[in-house]
Amino acid sequence: MFTPHTPQEIEDMLNAIGVGSIEELFVKVPEKHRFPELNLPEPLTEMEIAAELKEIASANASTDEFISFLGAGAYDHYIPAAVDMLLRRGEFYTAYTPYQPEISQGTLQAIFEFQSLMSELTGMDVSNASHYDGATAAAEAANLAYHFFRGKRKKVILSRAVNPQYRQTIRTYMQGLEEVEVLGDNTDKGKDVYSEEFLSLIDNDTAIVIVQYPDFFGRVIDYTKLVNIVHEQGALIAFVFNPTALGLLKPPGEFGADIAVGDGQPLGIPLSYGGPYLGIFTTKEKYVRKLAGRLVGETVDESANRAYVLTLTAREQHIRREKSTSNICTNQGLMALAATIYLSLLGKNGFKQVANLCYQKAHYAAEKISALDGYEVVFKDTPFFHEFVVQTPKPVGQINLHLQNHWILGGFNLSEDYPEMENQMLVAVTEKITKEDIDEFVEALQEDTND
Amino acid sequence: MKTPEGLKYAKTDEWVKVEGEEATIGISDYAQDQLSDVVYVELMVDEGDSVSKGDAVATIESVKAAADVNFPVSGTIIAINEDLAETPEVINSDPYEAGWMVKIKLDDPSELDDLMTAGAYESYNVEREG
Amino acid sequence: MTEKTIYELSQPGRVGVTFPEPDVPLTPSPMGFEREHLNLPELSELDVIRHFTNLSKLNYSINSGFYPLGSCTMKYNPKINEEAARMPGLANTHPFQPIVSVQGNLYIMYQLQEWLQEISGFHRVCLTPAAGAQGELVGALIIKNYHQKNNDTKRVKILIPDSAHGTNPATSSMSGFNVVPLQSDERGNVDIQALKSECDETLAGLMLTNPNTLGLFDENVEEVIQLVHSAGGLVYGDGANLNALLGIVRPGDLGFDVMHFNLHKTFSTPHGGGGPGSGPVGVAEHLNDYLPGPIVTIIEEGDEESPPFFGFYWPEKTVGRMKAFYGHFGMLIRAYTYIAMHGGKGLRNIAEMAVLNANYLKSQIKEDYTLPYDRTCMHEFVVEGSWDKVPAVHALDISKRLMDYGFHPPTNYFPLIVHEALMIEPTETESKQTLDAFAKAMKSIAKEARENPDLLHGAPFTTPIRRCDEVKAARDLVLCCWIPD
Repeated sequence: MFTPHTPQEIEDMLNAIGVGSIEELFVKVPEKHRFPELNLPEPLTEMEIAAELKEIASANASTDEFISFLGAGAYDHYIPAAVDMLLRRGEFYTAYTPYQPEISQGTLQAIFEFQSLMSELTGMDVSNASHYDGATAAAEAANLAYHFFRGKRKKVILSRAVNPQYRQTIRTYMQGLEEVEVLGDNTDKGKDVYSEEFLSLIDNDTAIVIVQYPDFFGRVIDYTKLVNIVHEQGALIAFVFNPTALGLLKPPGEFGADIAVGDGQPLGIPLSYGGPYLGIFTTKEKYVRKLAGRLVGETVDESANRAYVLTLTAREQHIRREKSTSNICTNQGLMALAATIYLSLLGKNGFKQVANLCYQKAHYAAEKISALDGYEVVFKDTPFFHEFVVQTPKPVGQINLHLQNHWILGGFNLSEDYPEMENQMLVAVTEKITKEDIDEFVEALQEDTND
Repeated sequence: MKTPEGLKYAKTDEWVKVEGEEATIGISDYAQDQLSDVVYVELMVDEGDSVSKGDAVATIESVKAAADVNFPVSGTIIAINEDLAETPEVINSDPYEAGWMVKIKLDDPSELDDLMTAGAYESYNVEREG
Repeated sequence: MTEKTIYELSQPGRVGVTFPEPDVPLTPSPMGFEREHLNLPELSELDVIRHFTNLSKLNYSINSGFYPLGSCTMKYNPKINEEAARMPGLANTHPFQPIVSVQGNLYIMYQLQEWLQEISGFHRVCLTPAAGAQGELVGALIIKNYHQKNNDTKRVKILIPDSAHGTNPATSSMSGFNVVPLQSDERGNVDIQALKSECDETLAGLMLTNPNTLGLFDENVEEVIQLVHSAGGLVYGDGANLNALLGIVRPGDLGFDVMHFNLHKTFSTPHGGGGPGSGPVGVAEHLNDYLPGPIVTIIEEGDEESPPFFGFYWPEKTVGRMKAFYGHFGMLIRAYTYIAMHGGKGLRNIAEMAVLNANYLKSQIKEDYTLPYDRTCMHEFVVEGSWDKVPAVHALDISKRLMDYGFHPPTNYFPLIVHEALMIEPTETESKQTLDAFAKAMKSIAKEARENPDLLHGAPFTTPIRRCDEVKAARDLVLCCWIPD
């Protein structure tokens, strides 16, 4: 199948090595444990596994059949056919990290273009070649800040309106830095970055403040003043952004963010049940030496041709070993390529169009839902992008079960992560949702209320 | 490889130039050659910091390696070479003059006794090369 | 041969993809947040297709040729994997769907957990880590949390053999440990005496790659593990080289406490030009409660009529969440497919052919290259890429010259303990003919080195670009392309 050896070749090779059998190659493996019988199912042929997987997939409800209002960090956008056609080129997906620039210019230039697009999108100076996902990129932002201040500042302050899973991930990553304290998000007040309680945390022991834009509840908050407050204390501020929103909204760089991280999944990457996605990491030039992860830089070859190489590699684990600030060695190469192709295809106009469609449809949905008895849009005086919070008349889980009968995936149940937000649903609307879909959704909610 | 007389050298390849109570610190020609083309120098101290022997002065990055520079003597920082941020390559081209890193006021001049003379450092390098 | 950037190709007003006009009443943009400049390129669909097709042609890949990059397991990636991960019923599921609506996904994840446990001899597996390095971080944090929960806070030291990947020490320091390097003995094993002298009450654990990065199976592995355990430490297995052990020996049976898998290496979910990887972690029973989450479990047993009902759980003393959601699901589907197509015997065949190929290739080039450790290797081996007689030629020159012969070079300058190392991993999917052709090229280069070393210094000559100025790249940092105003 995937091993080409004929019996004759095996014999010839063993002779060349000078051993009598394959087993002889393994004599150093403790005999007691050598050649275990693995209790696995009998192998399937390609035809059989293809059929089996189709059967397994049929046990799922997918966004192909269902209208989805789920977001909360993963979004169902339209992906133009050309994206996957190009991703399937084996020259991209069967290569590895471009260690040898002479035969990796394809990957290197694509990453360089990705870095350029991300810098432009966020309004920041530099982007790296990507991190695992938005959550780990946020954790690396905290890590950067800690190392930038050489461990002298001990507080990492998180808004409670940062994606709960990102906050959990940041805490996991901070375990190794024992003196670091992660705080700000434990009480309801942490949802409002301008509350006295939140602002009082920011001081000269603060390494970084992390906020989200639009925040986890979809709200678009003006962080201008916050950025000033953080900078007055000499600390850094990171924005967790949604890339689609930046097609319409002023970018983090214009607010003065020091770091902008986000998940690039909305840029041409399938939902794929949560991964693989794309961690975007952008920052100001001044922090580039503390940046974790791969960077591609432009240079020239011996014949003075323009060329691209991995650069500033002395920051990384394979050289600096225990002194590097992060252990990351892969990037999300293929996912970064997907985002690069997606943005190239949509271009200036297509991307703005998508952002605007999300915005318009979400606002229509919010208006229709708030007109329903028992439903109310929470935070209604704050602008939002394509997600908003709805107060529902009964538990969100129950409503979603009902919606499933109508081939609708209802919004995210906030009470699981926010006990104070009982009966509150986070609704996301993308360009894929039509007016009819929204009307159907509203009707189904109405019907459920009447039950 | 240059090893100017009159300077003191540490086994970890730093040089110290003593003028009265003050000392200037950098890395040796031998060390810069081992590192090859220096692309970045990060100074880990600020003026006024008091430092002990063994503390980190700086990290130097070349294309293929990263090295730490440590204080061979204790004292208080009186000057740092700000130009290294923009022109790290002077570490390669002029390690003993333009490539200086910090100046300190010595706490304990007797610490200098642990360092090598130019001759001793040269023999030490020959020995290391095997 | 160079390709313009997307911005250089851009023409103002050109459009690649359009979307329908809004079908809802319009709402004005939020005041004060309007974006003024967003300078994305403007290209037609064909411009984009040509550009990225041209770029792809500048890459070397497994699909195009032999890629013996040591320690990276660049094996063939079966095409059915790609079809599997793209099945709409799997690819188009949202991570927050109710679990009742994603039972197919959970079934795949549950089976994969079970299979990885069976293959490795570990008691529980968590699939969430995003890559090998993140799996390592999980391992180090588990070791840390285990000692802390036992109030054994003196244990601050992690031992790492000098042959280890750089990620091991980086992971350990990221987890707040002190890293102590451990030397190797003259046979490439962990030096037992050196190990004994470090086995004290401050020992938190040992990170061990076996087979190690020299491609050698540690001849004393059981004693090494025993010594660490007796001193109260735990042993982390770096699963980077698991390809050599499939059906040969289970790390769990050898006594390892925790290990990560690299699905993109061992289980052929592709390397993707540098990622996404996938780095599930397996643990022995005493560490079950420390795994990250969420982990798939059976909530209700099935019967003849209905399948079991799957859900998630979080281990009691979990080290926490490693990333958003549940891991790289798309990669998990590929690994599931790959294992399902092999079964137990097929997996053993993978390891056997990988080891056969490595030993055969070693036998074919050892006349011309120095083998620092000349004993039976596992899936890879290391030679010195230099000769005393031609001091001016380095491993890098050999690597660059190999490109002219149509091959991807081996890993250079790693492991650090071998002078001018070239680390060669042929993998099981390569034929004898390919190995013979590579051996012939290596011999020919050895001859060129003796006769015309300057030829090697100038190489490569036939690649899209020549050697690059890496010093310029680092000194005159350009990380972003020209973008028109």
